[in-house]
Amino acid sequence: MPDPERPEPAGYDPVGPRPKEAVSPTGQGGPMDLALDEAESVEGIEKTAGPGAGGPRERPRSLWSDAWHQLRRNPVFVISAALILFLVVISIWPQLIASGDPLQCDLAKSQQGSAPGHPFGYDTQGCDVYTRTVYGARASITVGVCATLGAALLGSALGGLAGFFGGWGDSLLSRVADIFFGIPVVLGGLVFLSVVTSTTVWPVVGFIVLLGWPQIARIARGSVITAKQNDYVQAARALGAGNARMLLRHVAPNAVAPVIVVATIALGTYIALEATLSFLGVGLRPPTVSWGIDISNAASQIRNAPHMLLWPAGALSITVLAFIMLGDAVRDALDPKLR
Amino acid sequence: MLLEVRDLHVEFKTRDGVAKAVNGVAYAVDAGETLAVLGESGSGKSVTAQAVMGILDVPPGRIAGGEILFKGRDLLKMKEDERRRIRGAEMAMIFQDALSSLNPVLTVGKQLGEMYEVHRGMSRKDARAKAVELMDRVRIPAAKQRVGDYPHQFSGGMRQRIMIAMALALEPSLIIADEPTTALDVTVQAQVMDLLAELQREFNMGLILITHDLGVVADVADKIAVMYAGRIVEAAPVHEIYKAPAHPYTRGLLDSIPRLDQKGQELYAIKGLPPNLLRIPPGCAFNPRCPMAREVCRSDVPPLYPVTESPVARASACHFWKECLHG
Amino acid sequence: MAEPLLEVKDLVKHYPLTQGILFRKQVGAVKAVDGVSFGLHAGETLGIVGESGCGKSTVARMLVNLERPTAGSIAYKGEDISRLSGRALKAVRRNIQMVFQDPYTSLNPRMTVGDIIGEPYEIHPEVAPKGDRRRRVQELLDVVGLNPEYINRYPHQFSGGQRQRIGIARGLALQPEIIVADEPVSALDVSVQAQVVNLLEKLQDEFDLSYVFIAHDLSIVRHISDRVGVMYLGRVVEIGTDTEIYEHPTHPYTQALLSAVPVPDPQARAHRERIILSGDVPSPADPPSGCRFRTRCWKARDRCAAEVPLLAVPEVFPSGPAAHPSACHFAAEKRVVPHVPPEGPGGGAEQDTD
Repeated sequence: MPDPERPEPAGYDPVGPRPKEAVSPTGQGGPMDLALDEAESVEGIEKTAGPGAGGPRERPRSLWSDAWHQLRRNPVFVISAALILFLVVISIWPQLIASGDPLQCDLAKSQQGSAPGHPFGYDTQGCDVYTRTVYGARASITVGVCATLGAALLGSALGGLAGFFGGWGDSLLSRVADIFFGIPVVLGGLVFLSVVTSTTVWPVVGFIVLLGWPQIARIARGSVITAKQNDYVQAARALGAGNARMLLRHVAPNAVAPVIVVATIALGTYIALEATLSFLGVGLRPPTVSWGIDISNAASQIRNAPHMLLWPAGALSITVLAFIMLGDAVRDALDPKLR
Repeated sequence: MLLEVRDLHVEFKTRDGVAKAVNGVAYAVDAGETLAVLGESGSGKSVTAQAVMGILDVPPGRIAGGEILFKGRDLLKMKEDERRRIRGAEMAMIFQDALSSLNPVLTVGKQLGEMYEVHRGMSRKDARAKAVELMDRVRIPAAKQRVGDYPHQFSGGMRQRIMIAMALALEPSLIIADEPTTALDVTVQAQVMDLLAELQREFNMGLILITHDLGVVADVADKIAVMYAGRIVEAAPVHEIYKAPAHPYTRGLLDSIPRLDQKGQELYAIKGLPPNLLRIPPGCAFNPRCPMAREVCRSDVPPLYPVTESPVARASACHFWKECLHG
Repeated sequence: MAEPLLEVKDLVKHYPLTQGILFRKQVGAVKAVDGVSFGLHAGETLGIVGESGCGKSTVARMLVNLERPTAGSIAYKGEDISRLSGRALKAVRRNIQMVFQDPYTSLNPRMTVGDIIGEPYEIHPEVAPKGDRRRRVQELLDVVGLNPEYINRYPHQFSGGQRQRIGIARGLALQPEIIVADEPVSALDVSVQAQVVNLLEKLQDEFDLSYVFIAHDLSIVRHISDRVGVMYLGRVVEIGTDTEIYEHPTHPYTQALLSAVPVPDPQARAHRERIILSGDVPSPADPPSGCRFRTRCWKARDRCAAEVPLLAVPEVFPSGPAAHPSACHFAAEKRVVPHVPPEGPGGGAEQDTD
């Protein structure tokens, strides 16, 4: 389907009728003299619009509200958003669905299967797998959200500025980003995080931001460069607009969509990365409850007690999937090329 | 008759409903003849051509009715592989944007030669020789040296010549040129149009020229079909239509273009905008913009009336064609 | 003649071609504009025509200070504005505004029409007090023939012609004296082009504007312009009033250009002489020596390769309509546009060399 925003030379007939232009409804554009005669001009509008279009007045629709409208009708978005909402709620208030304490364990029940009130059974330490799985969401969501926010803010600020101003700063940033791209994620994690002793989530968040920002910066830089070449940015400059206005009013709003898409998809992969690092013993550490730690503990027992692995791993997969699906849906809604 | 389109209807499914892009178009081209199809964007001129070529995007497009007779046979009833054999060999198309119509990773010699390899089963070496011959034919200088060049190494005018060479390769009997010179500069445009007209005479081909440029039409066409909102509103030999248009839309178009050869006063401007194809006005589609519109225009769709006063065959889809012709 | 409102002298814009990744070294330059001079008087429309790559858009961008010239000057009311910056530049921008070619990319899709047309007032708050802005924007919409109620709509809800009107309204907001229009109608449908051309003419009368109208369509340029400059490969080759250029062209390039324009009159087909140029426009990175048109010119001789022809009234034409600046060593009048009776006298003696 042709993109409504694409410029078209005169007389060029696209493959199909242009939907957006075709629907621009109460179209006027009447002859010049209409402008002089207000009454006639209004009449001209109705005439031009023809029946059907004269009826319901079209409301102003921004591209954002268009995107939202489309998102709402996308089942992928509805399912993934519902899942994510659920995950966020239980990561804030795990007590809502799990009454137990994830750290209260009874060694006597080590590796036992499901029992009444303990549907997922017990792990090696005798802790309730259900409670731990529910509480594990908090670590994953916190790391995912914080790391994504950090990487997106840092990446889009650096990438955006580099793309907008160009010059040596741009070259420098691109080379630095290349260096960060060269760091092997797992190896880097093993090296950096093994020297940290903190048991909070912040070292992990910091590490992921450190590795994640170049990806966002690249996307932001590219989309800022595309956006700043548009005539409306030149028009603003011809009006005397300063750099701040051009960047914030004209470039950023038109360059942010790809960043949002990439960041949403990255969120899922960051959650998986946290689990990977925790699995390797350099991510989160007990007493923090994390799916990665639980998977790590369960891995050696997979033959005796597969349920210990199944539940946290399943929760992790569903969470990652939900964010990636959300990213896909957002891309469909924001990326005009796919429309 | 080489090609005859009868009562063709094409629709497009869009998010907001069904857009009626072509609503009963009929035209015919004979060998050696040039038919210009004139219209603005959204008039259905390109969609009609795509339907004839069989390159319509289906879906969202759909041919809702009509016949396309090529040498007496209905193309719409043919099997796809049969149509594919006709496409390229019997009828060919030239597009506006030569750069995006040529494959950027293959040399032009390869792309030209491929036509012969695929359709004629020639060897690679013979095909390449043929390619050089074709490039000579469309007057590309130093064809022998340039046959190994890639499309981006040619200028816009040269690329359009290569497109023409490609269309001519298998000596088709019908060529459809969709805005072939719109993207080119005037001096180059003249070269390319001249070449096209000359080759058409030489091979006695039928040519359908799709354009929005009244000047180009006046220069090369024999007859002309003016399209508006998916219908032909006027059809006539080119001399007649410029002398005395029989449809207010044609008249408006002719009056609204500035002239090179005179400094006019204020331009006549057709008021309003072309209609939304999702909601074509009832009656005559042009009625909201027409200075002559009356009650009947808002209720009855005008058929293509024969203009009986004319010594040559011509037609106008206006209830008041007589007034228009004399007005 | 009074002092021109805008005077362009020897304007040059070279884009350096560089090589190397770490250490950029200049290996040449694209000579987009290479010594262009012209004047624009108050209330006048100067048309600039030429084919793609002739540098006409670059000239437009330098006039509105979107590009800095490599050399030369642009004097507005006697003051060189090409090297201003900061506050002084901002003040000058109020007086020279631009209308862009492509109505699909020249309006920010995330802003409402009211914000787009009102933005000039935010940048130059002294022009209109805050409470007054909405009313002014609605007035502007009305002036360009759009319904003032459309103020809250977004650009994608309009057609190409309507968008171009929005762009024109934005250009008018600061009440400039000069509007530089770069191909303002070439992206529009034929029937809509006339509307926009008429609008531009109406606005010129109403607001006493001067236009620099840049286009490749010679017919539209003739219609709207008082004077016309023809550009080829970064230089002006001929300049004069519309009658001088269209009916008494003396530069071979102008003649070829005019003869190539299809005229919407099938009668003219038979008895029109076409000058079909061979070849393509050379690359502006490596223009021919001497006269830049010589590689495609049927009159070219040795002198053309050795000596750059100056843009001056040719000596062979002391007076009459052919006596206007033309940059050709062998300037000769040749009528290429068919004569239409009611316009102009028969023209000078029809000289025709070669």
